Amino acid sequence: MKRMRQFAWLFLALVLLASLGAGFWAPADYAMQFRETPNSAPSRVHLLGTDELGRDRFSRVLYGTRVSLLMAPAAALLATFLAALVGGVAGYLGGWWERAAMAVTDLFLSMPWLFLLLAVRAMLPLNVSPITSIAVTFLLLGLLGWAAAARVLCAGARDLRDSDFVLQARACGLRGPRLLAIHVIPNLKPVLAAQFWISIPVFIISEANLGILGLGVAEPLPSWGSLLRELESFASFGFEACKLVPLVLLVLVVSSFQIIIARDEVYA
Amino acid sequence: MRKLVRHLAAMAAIVLAGGLLSATLVRLAPGFGTDEQQLDARLSPESVEALRQARARARDIPGFYLHYLGRSLRGDLGESRTLNRPVRQLLAERLPVTARLVGTGLLAGWLCAVLLAVGSTMARKPACDLFATLLAGLSLSVPAAVLALLFVFANAPACLALALVVFPRVFSYTRNLLAKSYGLPHLVTAYAKGVGPLRILVWHVLPVAGTQLLAVAGISVSIALGAAIPVEALCGIPGIGQLAWQAALGRDLPLLVNLTVLVTVITLAANWGAELAGQDLGTREA
Repeated sequence: MKRMRQFAWLFLALVLLASLGAGFWAPADYAMQFRETPNSAPSRVHLLGTDELGRDRFSRVLYGTRVSLLMAPAAALLATFLAALVGGVAGYLGGWWERAAMAVTDLFLSMPWLFLLLAVRAMLPLNVSPITSIAVTFLLLGLLGWAAAARVLCAGARDLRDSDFVLQARACGLRGPRLLAIHVIPNLKPVLAAQFWISIPVFIISEANLGILGLGVAEPLPSWGSLLRELESFASFGFEACKLVPLVLLVLVVSSFQIIIARDEVYA
Repeated sequence: MRKLVRHLAAMAAIVLAGGLLSATLVRLAPGFGTDEQQLDARLSPESVEALRQARARARDIPGFYLHYLGRSLRGDLGESRTLNRPVRQLLAERLPVTARLVGTGLLAGWLCAVLLAVGSTMARKPACDLFATLLAGLSLSVPAAVLALLFVFANAPACLALALVVFPRVFSYTRNLLAKSYGLPHLVTAYAKGVGPLRILVWHVLPVAGTQLLAVAGISVSIALGAAIPVEALCGIPGIGQLAWQAALGRDLPLLVNLTVLVTVITLAANWGAELAGQDLGTREA
């Protein structure tokens, strides 16, 4: 398992490095159209061929990976921060705070994730610029994805609040922010880290689902969700292996995250 | 009985809060408060003013929500903006389709997950366990929308795509639960005394794991309902998932909000039903 985890880290690092250097490796810009060669097969010029608008698929995969791999952790960071704020503080304070916070959490958890995402996404404008659509999509994922983590963090903070060493620290006169900074937050770090890592693959998959449904990142900017929309053409144009590259990459990246998470699951 | 009443009260409170949240979404949506009728040149200035005032009354969120609740209690869920049909009628038509799809998907997903979990735990062979884990990991890593597209391409039934979404979650939980149950001291003793594996499974493992498995049953309903959106939208199945997708694309918030509240009620009912059944099972065992 340790070897597999090392492979997973190495693979993620390589994919991240390749996507960060997209401007350097990619043979063309993600929006550049080669109008004389739409839907072309893989060649030396276009390693993965071109899409129906004549854009180089390899370049789009590189840029799309960058969008998904950078924005999903950012959304996960936001969700973990909100979860810590709602769940961690409620668990630490206890009483009515905890009950009220958990009622709100229950409300969010009782609404199926994708239904809630669709409802809130529909409230926002659909005809936004590509950059805004990235921000809107991942901001929504972060703002709506905190509930499950808040529950875990609330339980963790509650355990810490009732622990002997916190009681002793209180008896020694340590109060408020100092107690939080010295004893509570450092001990919640493993739970926070686990929740952060667990959220990343969930957000990557959610963005892919939204993208395929046409509610994710707007064209011409690529993301894994918008790249996977090409699979729709299988029904009319038949099977083309190069269109599966974003899917294979997504599956490998999400699987790598799952392998890495397996170690942190004890805290989740 | 008291527990049941408490559960129902909590459920009503969550649904009311969810409704308020949803009504607020409708109220804050762009375009709310405007009516194309106001631009109709055939209407008199008095009629246009009356329309404007009727819209202005809806600007007050609590008033708007009370009105919305009152109408909902009378069974009037409003009208869909994009389809120009009563929401109630649309739900009545499409809910059975989704119920069939989700029901079949859940059944197939659970069957695969439980059989594979039982098989890999009882076989106690690393190769079996690795195969099952890889299969579950692979299905967990593929988005539901991609599964739906692949199933359309392969001309396979859509309920199997839904089953593949449910399967990995149920499988990993069931396998861990069974592995834990098989490690209990009284089971080791039963093995040592020569009790058969089937008897151990039916008499000793499943009753212990049953309570916790029921809790997952409730959660899997929520997972399946969420996955029904991409599956129905991409496989062309006219259920509430497809309706939600169309409503999102057409910014038909009244419809989307009613759908979200409906699905919330179903999810809560499934979770609490599973919880109550689990408690009942636990009491009977004790």
